[in-house]
Amino acid sequence: MPLGDTILQVENLQTHIDTKMGLVKAVDGVSFSLRRGETLGIVGESGSGKSMTALSILRLVPRPAARIVGGRVMLNGEDLLSYDAERMRRVRGRAISMVLQDPQTSLNPVYSIGGQITEAIANQQRKLPRLELLKRAVAALKTVHVAAPEQRVRDYPHQLSGGMKQRVVAAIANSCEPQILIADEPTTALDATIQAQYLRLLKEIQQESGLSIIFITHDFGIVANMCDHVAVMYGGRVVEYGPVRAIFNSPAHPYTRALLSSVPAVDRTVDRLYSIPGQPPMLWDLPRGCRFAPRCEWADSRCHQEYPPTVPSLDAGQAAHTASCWKLEDIGLENVRC
Amino acid sequence: MRRFLAIRIAQSLLAMLAISVIAFGMTHLSGSPVDSMLPEDAGPEEAAQLTRELGLDRPIHVQYFKFLGRVLSGNMGDSIMSPGASALGVVMDRMPATLLLGGFAIIVSTIIAIPIGVLTAVYRDTAFDAAGKIIALLGQAAPPFWLGIVLIWVFGVTLDWFPTSGRGGFSHFVLPAIAMGWFQVAALMRITRSSMLEVLDSEYIKLARVKGVPESRIIWVHALRNAAIAPLTYFGVIAGIILTGSVVIETVFVWPGAGQLAVEAIRARDFPVVQAVVLTFAAVFILANLLVDTLYAYVDPRIRYR
Amino acid sequence: MSSDEQESVAPIEPGSERPPEPQPSSGRRRARWRNYPVVSIFILVALLVFPAITADWLAPHDPLQGSIPDRREPPVFFGGTWEYPLGTDRIGRDILSRIIHGAKVSLSISLIGIFFGGVLGTLLGLLAGYFRGWLDAVVMRLVDISLALPTILLALVLAVSVGPSFQTVIIVVVFVLWAFYARQVRGEVLSIRERDFVARARVAGNSHARIIVRHILPNVANTIIVLATLQVGSVIILEAALSFLGVGIPKPTPAWGLMVADGRQLIVSAWWISLFPGLAITLTVLALNLFGDWVRDRLDPKLTQV
Repeated sequence: MPLGDTILQVENLQTHIDTKMGLVKAVDGVSFSLRRGETLGIVGESGSGKSMTALSILRLVPRPAARIVGGRVMLNGEDLLSYDAERMRRVRGRAISMVLQDPQTSLNPVYSIGGQITEAIANQQRKLPRLELLKRAVAALKTVHVAAPEQRVRDYPHQLSGGMKQRVVAAIANSCEPQILIADEPTTALDATIQAQYLRLLKEIQQESGLSIIFITHDFGIVANMCDHVAVMYGGRVVEYGPVRAIFNSPAHPYTRALLSSVPAVDRTVDRLYSIPGQPPMLWDLPRGCRFAPRCEWADSRCHQEYPPTVPSLDAGQAAHTASCWKLEDIGLENVRC
Repeated sequence: MRRFLAIRIAQSLLAMLAISVIAFGMTHLSGSPVDSMLPEDAGPEEAAQLTRELGLDRPIHVQYFKFLGRVLSGNMGDSIMSPGASALGVVMDRMPATLLLGGFAIIVSTIIAIPIGVLTAVYRDTAFDAAGKIIALLGQAAPPFWLGIVLIWVFGVTLDWFPTSGRGGFSHFVLPAIAMGWFQVAALMRITRSSMLEVLDSEYIKLARVKGVPESRIIWVHALRNAAIAPLTYFGVIAGIILTGSVVIETVFVWPGAGQLAVEAIRARDFPVVQAVVLTFAAVFILANLLVDTLYAYVDPRIRYR
Repeated sequence: MSSDEQESVAPIEPGSERPPEPQPSSGRRRARWRNYPVVSIFILVALLVFPAITADWLAPHDPLQGSIPDRREPPVFFGGTWEYPLGTDRIGRDILSRIIHGAKVSLSISLIGIFFGGVLGTLLGLLAGYFRGWLDAVVMRLVDISLALPTILLALVLAVSVGPSFQTVIIVVVFVLWAFYARQVRGEVLSIRERDFVARARVAGNSHARIIVRHILPNVANTIIVLATLQVGSVIILEAALSFLGVGIPKPTPAWGLMVADGRQLIVSAWWISLFPGLAITLTVLALNLFGDWVRDRLDPKLTQV
């Protein structure tokens, strides 16, 4: 499916969190754009700022400890950060929706499935009669391939399996036909078969509605299957951005290369990526220069002193493929996977 | 659901039975009730005759089943303090006053405690939260009977805002209800706050926000219905505390209820009336708990469908 | 408060990327204050432990011997003298001295009562949880019944049946408390007995008694300590309530509840007789509750309010 116009443009987004250890710059100048019908993967280790970026877009960062301190989030040309609370609320669910990590706990245990789906619809369209709402809930469950939706709407979350719950969450997220769906590691809690089914389902929904998806994951297998573009995050910043093919075939940033070389085979799903030497940086005590420098085999004194600019990768001829690294030319383009 | 209710009703009946054993046993703990029923100058023959008449010379289990039979038919003997009146009748005359005050105290403390508990959770670590904590700590520390006396002294006598004793219009309820309810407010507040904090931290509240549900609806509908489960189970406990608290509070405020009657009866060694009060209170308490469990199942579908 | 702040007052935790200890910076100061319960320990020692131990030496007057000419003497800053800092009661006994001696009563009742109640409840809980079967069923039914009884009322009956005395109060306290220990300990033993080290101990041929004492008891010790600490305050209030109703500690022993009752009729003319002993109870229980919360946070944060 050809990609459409830019629908979401995140520019220099900054979110800080006050912690016991000091100020954490969880999102530190993140920029990317998303086009209609595109799937963007945001990849990184735990603590790289992926989820906080997602929450910042929806303006649901944990207050009062965390706050968005700078940048713009342009949705169809309007800056969401300038919206008042009520207007922002109406963006959630309708224009931008989100699927959370854990299906086991993301449904409210005391309300029926149908009630939870219709609530999202009723929020956006007041004055729909009950019967119509119920019809829509059934329809929403049908789109996520839940069997016997007429019966299911009366069920409570504890009566459903984990995979079923995640489908219901997807139905809720999709019920108001959003333009953008943010999926925050939606399959980590599911087993492999269910996971594959679920990913297929997301793709199907996307093909039907031209939905744009931001897929947050640490799993390169999923990225290869799902995404058009990839943003690799490290220490609160995007260190490399490009089309999925370019990232896989000629990764430019040493961190991306390290991540990929720790994956045994790209089309296989892995659980962990952490075979890179050293530890991810302590977010309250980031290095002055490149965040990855302490773990990087290429790093020199400049890497430790100054944060590198974002520059086109050496293969940038083919598409917008950028990376933030001083040493791109030294590293060259040879394929890490050989 | 039906099974759940059946089990609970069976348990309630069992508890009632156990209480009847205790109520029966207590008359035997303190020696023969005959002593307190006879005039001072009565001789041993009269005592023996009364013992026979009351069936106290029969084996203990026979006596118990006879007692149980009488109780089940609503006959708990005659009051000794007020001759000619049935013990159960005396208690029933006083019960409405007790239930009225207790119910009032429960309703008012709930209306006060739940919103404060919710708001202290929502605004945690603020001055409002700190103030709530102080109210809770004081409420759980001050003994109700003393609180009652202090309230009488300050608001009843010195400021002369409220009547200090007896039963009458609304103003008569104010001081006893505060003395009785403060502890409940404190306990309910703390429970609501902590379960609310837990719920607000959950993924489904996050999902509700992501769905674009208004914040007020998130707090008072999504979160509260989940958070209400913990304080709800506590209502059973509250019913007990209010009932037993009525003994003390009614004494302090000279409230003409069954609690005050219990103290009078105990002082007068009027055992039929004491038995009747114990059994009535226990029945109310167990009924309240049954009601709470039913309500609980209604609020939490996980129990309903078990 | 602006509407923008309103929308996200209740924080959401970021899912996968929780930075270590993501708490507001003020949390550190608060936590440190809570880590050192200096205030509560100070009040406890000053008000309860120290006076209880040194009462005979510390009290300026004989707690039982009144001086009729000095009766209803007001406290020092309300027209009284330093001779009687907190005033005297209606037969001229020094309130301060009586409060100091009252600490002895409160402390010993709560310690002894909780000790026996704790031992009994823990023992039954251990046996029920370890052996399961019919023993478990019987103990748990007894717990249910005991928790379903209106406690003060039964305490009243018991106190009247066998007469008010120090021992009666202890029996009542044990009767009220044991079930809490039994229920909590049993619940924990159920999970502990399934753990590997218990299985290993069994395979190694240890006797049941040895497994219970050496392997299971140490693992429930924290719970027992927390429960005991949290209960001291409520036992002091229970004892005071019983004494207040005249069915606890008999007169003329200086017990706080009894002293409050003493001044009840005189609250208008001689408010100090009731006020100060009640204040002593309130402050002591307040400090005990704070201390108990702290102990729970340290030892067994999972244990909810009991």
